[in-house]
Amino acid sequence: MSVDQATVRRVAHLARIAVTDEEVAHLQGELNAILAFVDELAEVDVTGVEPMTSVTPMKLPLRADVVTDGDCADKVLANAPAAEDGFYAVPKVVE
Amino acid sequence: MTDLTSLTLTAAREGLALGHFTAVELTQAYLDAIEAAGALNAYVLATPEKALEMAKLSDARLAAGEAGPLEGIPLGVKDMFATEGVRTTAASGILAHFVPPYESTVTARLWADGAVLLGKLNQDEFAMGSSNESSAFGPVVNPWRKTGSTQKLVPGGSSGGSAAAVAAHLCAGAAGTDTGGSIRQPAAFTGTVGIKPTYGRCSRWGIIAYASSLDQAGPLARSVNDAAVLLRSMAGYDAKDSTCADRPVPDFEAAVGASVKGRRIGIPREYRVEGMSAEIAALWDKGAQMLREAGAEIVEISLPHTKYALPAYYIVALAEASSNLARYDGVRYGERVAGRDIVDMYEKTRASGFGAEVRRRIMIGTYVLSAGYYDAYYVRAQKVRSLIKRDFEAAFAEGIDAVLAPATPSPAFGIGEKSGADPVEMYLQDVFTVTLNMAGLPGIAVPAGLSAEGLPLGLQLIGRPFDEEALFALAQVIEEAAGRFPVPARWWA
Repeated sequence: MSVDQATVRRVAHLARIAVTDEEVAHLQGELNAILAFVDELAEVDVTGVEPMTSVTPMKLPLRADVVTDGDCADKVLANAPAAEDGFYAVPKVVE
Repeated sequence: MTDLTSLTLTAAREGLALGHFTAVELTQAYLDAIEAAGALNAYVLATPEKALEMAKLSDARLAAGEAGPLEGIPLGVKDMFATEGVRTTAASGILAHFVPPYESTVTARLWADGAVLLGKLNQDEFAMGSSNESSAFGPVVNPWRKTGSTQKLVPGGSSGGSAAAVAAHLCAGAAGTDTGGSIRQPAAFTGTVGIKPTYGRCSRWGIIAYASSLDQAGPLARSVNDAAVLLRSMAGYDAKDSTCADRPVPDFEAAVGASVKGRRIGIPREYRVEGMSAEIAALWDKGAQMLREAGAEIVEISLPHTKYALPAYYIVALAEASSNLARYDGVRYGERVAGRDIVDMYEKTRASGFGAEVRRRIMIGTYVLSAGYYDAYYVRAQKVRSLIKRDFEAAFAEGIDAVLAPATPSPAFGIGEKSGADPVEMYLQDVFTVTLNMAGLPGIAVPAGLSAEGLPLGLQLIGRPFDEEALFALAQVIEEAAGRFPVPARWWA
């Protein structure tokens, strides 16, 4: 499979990465090189094979449903690019 | 007094215990060495004040007879580990000013055992790379050079700063991470020892996520014994990582020097890849001979799906990366670039904060997970992954104790040599290392010889799940037979 420039733009938007026209042409070539490389997998017979969902055979552990952390809004917000009154601040999202 | 930085971790531990020198003296020797090694660009942040403060506390505990297993040992930490109050960037512009308010479990264990933090080590951005050239802080320079040459070589990646720092004696040992070979390939390029333990052996909590089903922490060290000492401190159950194994951590050091008589070592015929250099092939044979002479039995085996490991890896790893790196949105932490609305802000923030390789990998990951392609790429890759794991399980079921293979297809290459238009050329560096990340198995890289041009070459041993002890015993046989490989000239100082 290979991608055209419209697909590169669509994927960039899905990934929320801005791309310039110049970058689209480059990315198309690079992405197609990687996709050509992974296309080798098409020749493997995977009939009846279960996809791996866990690297080691294990059950997801459960713990008691209690609060073990929290009450540290200052710490949580310490690295925020913008914060106001104990909240993250973002550009207006509702018109 | 001898140069304290020339001591292995094991020897430094003994010197501290006997009072031959203090933790402060040892730490200061390393800080001076780091200061003089700017040309290698191994550290992205040195923390001299914190280091000396920790060393003082270590000296007090040593004097009081309360020393931990790593008391006073100065370590470097790859910048993937969150360190409380110490800037942690994953070598990415998007985390240029990130100061974690928490400590990763693995590093917390190291400090609890008495180790001293010298600083944070350079790496490929978000651990995505095999040469340390994708770092926002610039490339790391390998302390090794070809005989008679001053060409700058890569230290491998992504734990390139860690490997270079260990080889150049800028730390007694380092904590790295390995998703597809990121500990073992740089170890091989620098003549150091690196182990990626079994998936689940070390907690991933507080390690910046790249591909969560593949990421593992592990040590880089100057000797097999040093690596065993470090892994014992790094490993162990942690309720904060649901994939961390709840099982006891053995005394890995006790396995170093254990007999390997009667051990069955598999030589996978599929690893004799097309175009493998004669040097690497000869090294591999030499390694098998060393193990045979120590009483191990060498058996040819087949791992039929080997050639599909690398393409399957690049689908699984990049899919997981695209999901994990969605968190860098310019809202909760990291850099932000303003936009005309919130989506524009996200897109500009991520375009400016991520480097080219990271953007490329996120886009491939996004593509293989997108509607219409998910089954063809991602589900198929996960099925191939099951087959890769099955290959190893079949070999182990036939009584194979460990697999011997080369660590890398070549010795260290020049900076800029493989950064051309085709990203796949760089990905091929991981051909021998990714299989065990896919299968969750432990693997150790140990130096075993020099190339004709005087560069270190490494071998890799792959073990059964949670049998790192076998790897330490076997790697020690190779270290004793081949010797250690110190950097021949400290040209940077």
